[in-house]
Amino acid sequence: MADNTWEHPAAMAIPKEGYFKLEQGRYGPVFPRTPACYGFSIFAKVIPGKEAAFYEHANEMEAAIAGTPDYLAALKLHYLRWLLIPVKGETYFMYQGIFDTDFDKYTEDAVSLFNNIGLHTVFENLEGFPKDWKTNPAAFIKFVRDHQLPSFLEYGEYPYVSADEIKKALKVKASLSNMLDQMQ
Amino acid sequence: MNTLETNDIQHFLLARTPALAARYEFLTFREPAAGLTWLSGLIDKVGTAASVGSHSPDARWVTLAFTWNGLRALGLDEDSLNSFPDEFKQGMAARAEILGITGANHPRHWLGSLASSEVHAIAILFARDVTERERCRAEHARYLDEIKGVDVISSLDLEAILPFKYPREHFGYRDRLSHPLIEGVDAGATCGWEKPTKAGEFFVGYVDESGYVPVAPQPDILSRNGSYIAYLRMEEHVGTFREFLRQNGKTPEEQELVAAKLMGRWRSGAPLTLCPHKDNPELGADAQRTNDFDYGKMDPYGYGCPVGSHMRRMNPRDTAESMERHKMIRRGGTYGPELPEGVPDDGIERGIAAFVGCASLVRQFEFAMNVWTNDPNFKELGNERDPFVGTQDGTFDYTIPKRPIKRKIKGLPAFTTIRGGAYFFLPGIRALRFLAAGCPASQHSS
Repeated sequence: MADNTWEHPAAMAIPKEGYFKLEQGRYGPVFPRTPACYGFSIFAKVIPGKEAAFYEHANEMEAAIAGTPDYLAALKLHYLRWLLIPVKGETYFMYQGIFDTDFDKYTEDAVSLFNNIGLHTVFENLEGFPKDWKTNPAAFIKFVRDHQLPSFLEYGEYPYVSADEIKKALKVKASLSNMLDQMQ
Repeated sequence: MNTLETNDIQHFLLARTPALAARYEFLTFREPAAGLTWLSGLIDKVGTAASVGSHSPDARWVTLAFTWNGLRALGLDEDSLNSFPDEFKQGMAARAEILGITGANHPRHWLGSLASSEVHAIAILFARDVTERERCRAEHARYLDEIKGVDVISSLDLEAILPFKYPREHFGYRDRLSHPLIEGVDAGATCGWEKPTKAGEFFVGYVDESGYVPVAPQPDILSRNGSYIAYLRMEEHVGTFREFLRQNGKTPEEQELVAAKLMGRWRSGAPLTLCPHKDNPELGADAQRTNDFDYGKMDPYGYGCPVGSHMRRMNPRDTAESMERHKMIRRGGTYGPELPEGVPDDGIERGIAAFVGCASLVRQFEFAMNVWTNDPNFKELGNERDPFVGTQDGTFDYTIPKRPIKRKIKGLPAFTTIRGGAYFFLPGIRALRFLAAGCPASQHSS
């Protein structure tokens, strides 16, 4: 039987550039897939006094996902985390995603989805976000890339497993459970 | 103002000409003044879509487009040059690795000096027949001789494969089956399977599928009604392809099926999703019905049309995100003599020399090359590339979904080699006049 990589937790130390070998994508260096899949972390300063907009966005997102559960399906996500971080009296925003697609390849699709889900409403409250983002996708993408912080260490308890594979496994488990019920 | 100015847009992406022959000339401007003279003398020969219609007596159609270096050689100022997108400034050769154009396809092997920064412009001539093309070729040569200072770096002659019952390429597949409907152009041509795409996806200065008019190179007079075109000269290895079919199909019927599985359509043009088991040439020839299908509902697992087939990669239809943001217009034709069936490969170069037209090279053409064509893990396929356009070196596979167990062909050979490529900006007619006039500052704000 083939060796299952998911059975062996793995960690990966990543050079400070965020990649092992410089490989250019359409918008800059390509970041590698790690035991924790692909990831993306935006870190940027919040325009003073605009924090409330972020909490409002959180409620909107919760409602949007409840209404349309596949709202973010295209991003092939595992998890998303939104954080507001106080630093010396200022507030910084972190948006961190863990997903299965190479972000570099689907940057435009992601940005287009960001717009659809209203993420721009929080981005507009970040310092340096281009005011002409609606008509200037290159500037939007540059902002996202300029504020992306690559990891230097990533860990996966079940490395390299996609969300689809996890869902398939849970479906098989549910089917087996159902089968056992039917055998009673 | 958002009505499409069809009287200012070069015909090239708007209307297909009834051309059976073509010639592409790649030019360099040794002297800026000579470039301006050359352009001034040719503008009146550049037609709009009106020159292609059934009422037009024209037998030849001229298209002019420029590289970023070419715009500089014509004297465009630095601010304007810098307002063009990075990918256009850098050019295709510099971005080849991003596109996945590597190995035997790499620009270091390209023909016709196309990787050189000296390529400034392309003059595309479509002609009704070879006689007319030859007449135009001689006329253009005389014109260049008069001007002095504009040289032809290389050229390529194209001819349709005869007898011309329908357009096809050297592997025998029916060609020109896909063309996006454009809002404001194809208003009458309603199709149940496709809604028209906003003109801004193809022409600069218009609302695109984002709902906005994106920022454009400056001045507006230069960029409005323009498009970008990506050129690819792709040799087709007909002998290799036919041998592959023989190796992978025991009977002629099986070989046809393998050919269809690679493309996603039978060679007649009939799509596998609609006729998975048997060819239907009548359907292939029916422009309305041959594209009337989706994948998500009709063929989700690719039992008809494999997920990795050329057609499904180049247009995943309802199975891709933001499909309306990745549409492109294709133009071009075949070059080199047809290799008759049963004849061993003669080593003569033959293939397709084609253009992809769009409003954003990075979002449309480069996305298609980087993701759809050359991403080995496209749709979780793992180790595959587009069987025809992808960079193949014998290390990639090809999966044909099949019940109960899929068929996997290991080590697909390269059926094609990219022999050249370039990015051009295809200006509108007013923009051509602006360039020919030496980009007068007085028109910068118009």
